[in-house]
Amino acid sequence: MKKLAIVIVFAALAGIVAFSVANTAEKATETYKIGAVIDATGPQSGLGEPEKQTLTMLADDLNAKGGINGHKVELILYDNENDATKSVLLAKKLVNDDKVIAVIGTTTSPTTMPIVPILSEAKLPLVSCAASWKIVKDPDTQQTRPWIFKTAQSDSLAVSKIYEWCSQNKISKVALITVSNAFGDSGLGELKRLAAEFKIDILDEEKFGDQDPDMTAQMTKIKGTNAQAVICWATGKGPAIVAKNLKDLGMTQKLIMSHGIANQKFLDLAGDAANGIILPAGKLIVADQLPVTDPQRKLLIDYKTRYEAKFPGAKVSTFGGHAYDAFMILTDALKKAGPEPEKLRAEIEKTKKHAGCGGIFNMSPTDHEGLTKDAFVMVQIQNGKWELIK
Amino acid sequence: MKRDAVIWAALTLLVFTLPAFVHSPYYYSVLIIIGIFGIVVLGLTMLIGYAGQISLGHAGFFGFGAYFSAVLTTRFHLDPWLAMLVGLVATIVLAFLLGIPTLKLHGHYLAMATLGLGMVLQIIFKEEVELTGGPTGLTDVPHLKAFGMVFASDQKFYFLVWIFLLVLYGLSINLVHSRLGRALRAISSNQTAAGSLGIPVNRLKLLIFAVSAGYASLAGSLYAHYLSFVNPSPFGFLVSVKLVAMVVIGGSQSLWGALLGAGLLTALPEFLAVLQDYEMLVYGAILIVMMMFAPQGLAGILAGLHEWVKNRDHKKNAQA
Amino acid sequence: MPKPPFPCLEAGVGWHNQLIQYLVTGITTGAIYALVALGFTIIYNATEIINFAQGEFVMLGGMIAVTMLAGLGLPLWLAVILAIAATMLIGLAFERLAIRPVRKASVMNLIIITIGGSILLKGAAMLIWGKDDHPLSAFTPAPPLHVFSAVVTTQSLWVMAGTVLAVILLHVFYERTITGKALRACAFNPKAARLCGISVERMILFSFGLSATLGAFAGVLIAPITFTSYDVGTMLGLKGFCAAILGGLGSNPGAILGGLVIGVAESLSSGYVSSGYKDAVAFLILLLMLYFRPAGILGKRAEKV
Repeated sequence: MKKLAIVIVFAALAGIVAFSVANTAEKATETYKIGAVIDATGPQSGLGEPEKQTLTMLADDLNAKGGINGHKVELILYDNENDATKSVLLAKKLVNDDKVIAVIGTTTSPTTMPIVPILSEAKLPLVSCAASWKIVKDPDTQQTRPWIFKTAQSDSLAVSKIYEWCSQNKISKVALITVSNAFGDSGLGELKRLAAEFKIDILDEEKFGDQDPDMTAQMTKIKGTNAQAVICWATGKGPAIVAKNLKDLGMTQKLIMSHGIANQKFLDLAGDAANGIILPAGKLIVADQLPVTDPQRKLLIDYKTRYEAKFPGAKVSTFGGHAYDAFMILTDALKKAGPEPEKLRAEIEKTKKHAGCGGIFNMSPTDHEGLTKDAFVMVQIQNGKWELIK
Repeated sequence: MKRDAVIWAALTLLVFTLPAFVHSPYYYSVLIIIGIFGIVVLGLTMLIGYAGQISLGHAGFFGFGAYFSAVLTTRFHLDPWLAMLVGLVATIVLAFLLGIPTLKLHGHYLAMATLGLGMVLQIIFKEEVELTGGPTGLTDVPHLKAFGMVFASDQKFYFLVWIFLLVLYGLSINLVHSRLGRALRAISSNQTAAGSLGIPVNRLKLLIFAVSAGYASLAGSLYAHYLSFVNPSPFGFLVSVKLVAMVVIGGSQSLWGALLGAGLLTALPEFLAVLQDYEMLVYGAILIVMMMFAPQGLAGILAGLHEWVKNRDHKKNAQA
Repeated sequence: MPKPPFPCLEAGVGWHNQLIQYLVTGITTGAIYALVALGFTIIYNATEIINFAQGEFVMLGGMIAVTMLAGLGLPLWLAVILAIAATMLIGLAFERLAIRPVRKASVMNLIIITIGGSILLKGAAMLIWGKDDHPLSAFTPAPPLHVFSAVVTTQSLWVMAGTVLAVILLHVFYERTITGKALRACAFNPKAARLCGISVERMILFSFGLSATLGAFAGVLIAPITFTSYDVGTMLGLKGFCAAILGGLGSNPGAILGGLVIGVAESLSSGYVSSGYKDAVAFLILLLMLYFRPAGILGKRAEKV
């Protein structure tokens, strides 16, 4: 019995020694754990899936090239299923259990908002791929949240780009039709807020639900106004129905949409009715039409070929681009500043002239988005194709 | 009564000893969510199993409580506990308003009315942007505080939620075993007979409906304070259905069974990440299969097993 | 800035010009709600079950038609017929596999089974067709017609004509055929029906098949207007359910009336009040109805306890 006890004690001691040796050995080339929470399944999977694929692709490629300063990168990616509660649980898991050094995600504003306080309290950087400005700024105090960054262009930039185009084309009276969800709600807010600045009159505001079968009633009401253009802010099938209804009703107003429709799916759904629609879009969908001097051109084409080679059958998307930017900005900062959270945070804040998929990023202590309205170009749909308006 | 008291005591013991084994804050958060749904499900079980009525809008009451807490504390800077109380009272009033006309009728009118109310409530959460923050929701809901303690960490909040649950569970046990509870049993087995025995059927059903709505509201308030965030998406029709499924899968005839259902349906997807896109399919299949082969739910299966083991032991003893 | 209650009146636009358009739009969606509501009614009459999988039949109709048309390249008429037939088989299978084995169970348990069925069908559809929306081409691609000041698309006409046709066929079926009469007898008094030699089991099976057929028909009619996806059934199902209650659960003419009323009310309210609250209209009508006339417009008086 005694013997057994001694054996056990020795075995335990040996175990501890071995463990600590292994631990110190690991320290030298410790892997950098980067967490990600992505809406990979659920109703927004069309946005989340390419983000997930992009992140895994980038992490694999980076490790194949030897990682960051000799450190391998371990990407711990969770799927929140577009559920705010799950988002919170998974963010806590990344922070407390997996002990990551930074988090990328989530895909949409309603799933990012609830994890903002978690990362702020844990004092770890969060780089979100969602669009709402409320992610990086406290809406009540207008203070920039020190630990939170984002790569998707804010709606205000898209709205500014649209209104700028309206002014150039002598359009001053518009009618709005927006979807009743976070995306439409945010767009509506910005469209109303910025109208005065660009001397735009909003004659009518309409809404529709994201499962509505038909928007003829709302469009009829808009038809009765003197609006010169209709601005539709929505994603999914809603905008395609709006486009069809506008055409069926024989309306002659210009139809302007948000960057939320810049995907092949919209063209498939709307068919002929899509032709003539004008929208602001990230440069990715018109990469090959950009002038050769454009600083983003090479990168965009490179991302597109890499992505489509790695995932045959998949099409590169703007949303994957947001994840691309989040990963690159984060890993660039890691390369320069190392994993210590405060240093890493400060380094991300110093990101300057970083050419990404979504635009040229110039971060600062008061700007954690780093983009201007020139992140967007105006695009018109012609014959079922995106045509850059020059 | 005795069995329920034993289970209650065992659960209490479990709640207080579990932290010795739980070291990951993540598991605390799963336990918190189970506790929150557990509270809703306790109320809903009394409604389904004892009053024989089904509600397809309990997520609406859950959301009503959550939004009362979130809006009153962030927009009007009310004390969180007071806000929770206001939410509770408002929810109960709402339940009475809905229950009075519909519970008078024979049939599943309460199901229809709660379904309608749940949908309308969710639309209000979405549309009253000035108040509710619209589809984006409200952030920075303050933490709960009591006795100089802030319930910010997961561990503290775990105790808070489960103490709430234990108290409400105890309350439910007493309710179920009181004269009132026996009367309720009578209602669910035969309404006409119960009525002719002089049991005030409508009043009792109404009371139980209001109590169950109140539980949901309390759970909603806790949810809002735990996440420090609310948005309309967790309060939709499908969540109402999920709540009913928790009751049914656990066993609508027993309170602890329903708690088991809440635990299972919350925890299972967490641990079965493989399910992913199959979740909905599996979930629908479980619901059908349970209803077909085990309408008494898991509690029924477990009780059956217990019976079987006991009988076998008896036989063994007899042989020996 | 608060919205004026009737902005178009203030803008000096002829509101009556738009009224006709709102009516046309409302009747089109209302016709779909009516078909869904009829499905609820048929099953309710035979079994007292509220079949929450009704909306999924609509979804299946549309989705299968898309697959037949775009995936297999069949002609439209064949795709439509096959989609409806396939959905009918699914409806029959559902009754045979999940409802009949537990016929003795309480109505509430059966309702929960239909909820399970709804989730199951939706989950299966998601796995088969993915989460994307799918377009279906209009039955007759022609420019829209102008009726007074309103515009009517040809697909709207198809929806209206299709609904009228379905209602007439249903009426003839109930009044003129033996099976139809037997179905009515079952709804009226199952025990007496059984004594007369009617197989109640078969009639219940039949009612599921019939209501799946109607649902699929609605799904095919509406798909060119609204596209279709795995989750399109939930909202249509719930609205159809409201319509069935509004008309009086169990009454066929009531279901049709209920559907049209809700469709038109939604369209008018988004035109003249607020489009944000449009979806609440059906449910508010449902609540008001339960308060003031729980039996519905054309239903039998609800039984008090």
